[in-house]
Amino acid sequence: MMDQVLIAIVLLISIYMLGSSRLGGLVNAVAWQGLFLCLLAASVQKTNMPWHEWVLILLAIVVKALILPLLLKRALRETLVQREVEPQLGYSLSLFIGLLLLVGSIWTVWKLPLPPEIGNPMAVAIALFTLMVGLLLIVARTKAITQTIGYLTMENGIYVLGLTLAVGSPVVIEMGILLDVFVGVLVMGIMIFNINREFDHINTRHFTALKD
Amino acid sequence: MPLISLLTALILAPFLRSIINKVKAFFAGKQGPPLLQPYYDLYKLSRKGAVYSSVTSWVFRAGPVVALGTSVTALILMPTARISSLFQFQGDLLLFAYILGLGRFFTIAAAMDTGSSFEGMGASREALYSALAEPGLLLGLGGLGLITRSISLSAMYGGINVDFVLSRGLLPAFLFILVAFFIILLAENSRIPVDDPTTHLELTMIHEVMILDHCGVDLAMIEYAGALKIWLMGLLITGLIVPVFTTSLRGSLALSIVSLFLMAMLIGIIESIMARLKLIRIPRLMAVAFIFAAFWVIWVAG
Repeated sequence: MMDQVLIAIVLLISIYMLGSSRLGGLVNAVAWQGLFLCLLAASVQKTNMPWHEWVLILLAIVVKALILPLLLKRALRETLVQREVEPQLGYSLSLFIGLLLLVGSIWTVWKLPLPPEIGNPMAVAIALFTLMVGLLLIVARTKAITQTIGYLTMENGIYVLGLTLAVGSPVVIEMGILLDVFVGVLVMGIMIFNINREFDHINTRHFTALKD
Repeated sequence: MPLISLLTALILAPFLRSIINKVKAFFAGKQGPPLLQPYYDLYKLSRKGAVYSSVTSWVFRAGPVVALGTSVTALILMPTARISSLFQFQGDLLLFAYILGLGRFFTIAAAMDTGSSFEGMGASREALYSALAEPGLLLGLGGLGLITRSISLSAMYGGINVDFVLSRGLLPAFLFILVAFFIILLAENSRIPVDDPTTHLELTMIHEVMILDHCGVDLAMIEYAGALKIWLMGLLITGLIVPVFTTSLRGSLALSIVSLFLMAMLIGIIESIMARLKLIRIPRLMAVAFIFAAFWVIWVAG
């Protein structure tokens, strides 16, 4: 029951991310998504989790739902960009592509031979879907900050995919990934700031016209 | 019992409008019109004669009649929670959807028949938004047909029960379909955020502009058909909730009425706290309704 409600919430957040035109809302959405995906990963485990996995999930929630969104919010505030997403693809079209991605991920999970330890294969499908949504956000939006958010969404998906699929994977590796993402977003935040100072905007569309 | 629920609908439908208006008046700090005002309006209008423009043809006169006729027919096909409809057969959900479409077509045709470019504008908007709302409605009903293994509205709504919703983990999916149907209800009945029923600003009207040239009995028929349609679309939603709480037929009727009144209050609240959307953003709202309905089908099938 619990995991199904969580899946529904994650789906709603994904719809919001694809259909929203506000940057601030997008940052909030990615924070909530991180929180609920971590809870989802915790709730689908069939066996009792060892304590270190709990610590890991808690750590992930703190990093994904608190620290990284705060960093992004700061970058958003300091660059004072126009608070609109400026999509490459329209919102409705993004929503429909999102729907196709969901069908695709569920179909993939049906075809995949999954280990029997996984309680709810839908959770794996949702993780895959989140990954795809992140990829779509990177491709379909032009602002540098949306691409960071897309990257973060992708990472959310990968993390939960790992957590649900690889039962009992070494803690150190997961910690390492978390650290990588943290550093990555930190660097991206600084880069966005610098790009903005240099070019007065963070629209990546202009990068195609760069010359030396 | 089906006859009683049909009569209840025919009598109580305009009351939903007065509830919406009362709630809106409450939010605005006003007293609002008396609860029976829609009935007074209908009575007043039905005593008046109609004036027809010399450029209109029979299509213009047929519009209101067909609108009322299709609404009543659709009501005959629509079950009230567990109470099956007066008339049913396998596949009647398609007839239901397209009978509503027929009524809409004639309303649009009547608006175009006046030759006013102004009404044509409203007609084109109505055609666009209702066309966008239709896939969501059919998809939602189709998903319901998938879980109950039936394509008759009565069997579909009669087949919902508690075990079903809780044991198969369909609860979140039901939330999806409720939201989708509610958005469709708001769009089909020209309520905020799709259309503002109180506006008379020519740039933004959708439904109101189409019925500008109707008066007297014709207007009464259109208003009454509109009230029936809110009831009808409301039954689509409450029919999903009510069977969870009751199994008896009498209980279904009572709970349906109560939940329809609550839904009218919800519409009133939404109209009080929200502004209507920009016209170009309405398709996105319809897309969201469609996506919700699609999620529901995926959930049910997967």
